[in-house]
Amino acid sequence: MGALKIGDKVFNSRLILGTGKYPDFELMRESFEVSGTEMVTVAIRRIDLNDTSGRSLLDYIDRDKYTLLPNTAGCYTAEDAVLTCELAREALGTDMVKLEVIGDKKTLFPDNEATLEAARILIKKGFTVLPYTIDDPIICKKLEDIGCAVVMPLAAPIGSGLGIRNPYNIAIIIEHSNIPVIVDAGVGTASDAAVAMELGCDGLLMNTGVAGAQDPVKMAKAMCQAVEAGRLAYEAGRIPMKLYASASSPMTGVIHSSVV
Amino acid sequence: MTVTVNGKIRALNREMSIAELLQELSLPPEGIAVAVNASVIPRKNHPASMLSDGDVVEIIRAVAGG
Repeated sequence: MGALKIGDKVFNSRLILGTGKYPDFELMRESFEVSGTEMVTVAIRRIDLNDTSGRSLLDYIDRDKYTLLPNTAGCYTAEDAVLTCELAREALGTDMVKLEVIGDKKTLFPDNEATLEAARILIKKGFTVLPYTIDDPIICKKLEDIGCAVVMPLAAPIGSGLGIRNPYNIAIIIEHSNIPVIVDAGVGTASDAAVAMELGCDGLLMNTGVAGAQDPVKMAKAMCQAVEAGRLAYEAGRIPMKLYASASSPMTGVIHSSVV
Repeated sequence: MTVTVNGKIRALNREMSIAELLQELSLPPEGIAVAVNASVIPRKNHPASMLSDGDVVEIIRAVAGG
């Protein structure tokens, strides 16, 4: 299985995991370990000045093993998203960001216009931009044209677990893209991950699908294997689908009880 | 003078740099970032960056998210 290249970084795992929603940080760490992931997303938030607990998320992430991908989750304007990325770069020392500019609270679908605007500004400021986007080939092409490192179309709404709602659009995006396509959001179980990879996408980003499972560690392993299986099947090239049977055994020398 | 820190108004009893504010809040210099009036102030400039009355300060860090 080939490696995934994003910007100037090379990843042997095609699975990117979020750090949100785990029952606790220990389970998160264990899930990362078995998933084989090499990149994990984090959110950027105001520090709670009344929190004196001491330990933070980053105490549970070995930065030699996992590349941090800060996101702009919760931003509804290009301006907020850009400032969040700049703060993330300063706090974490990384130029690579997951850009999401949300357009609606209920669906968490992205605001295409604001995403494009923020991406343009961030690229000019030297960021490697990984934008979360709707599964629309036109917006994906525009994001590629302005210099995004990858495009990350959603499979289904964030956290919905509905799986690949529009495999045909994802296939068109992949066919026309000259940059990696990473399906981001909506994956619910291992077969969804395999379907995405079989379509030919270069990677998969998920959070709730693993963190929200009854046994996150076991699901992390399942996702690891599904991503690998799906990718291998894509690289191997599947057989065409046919309506009628095509025998797998030789047609000659079959024993017949009646004389033909 | 007063400044707004992470959305809350805070009275400062003297002239103060960003580095001094972080110290007063018992925050470590690593793993965080500070913006004043929507501009990020690089860590190396914290000791020399003095806060002014009415400044809006945002102090962030990475938290769990997808």
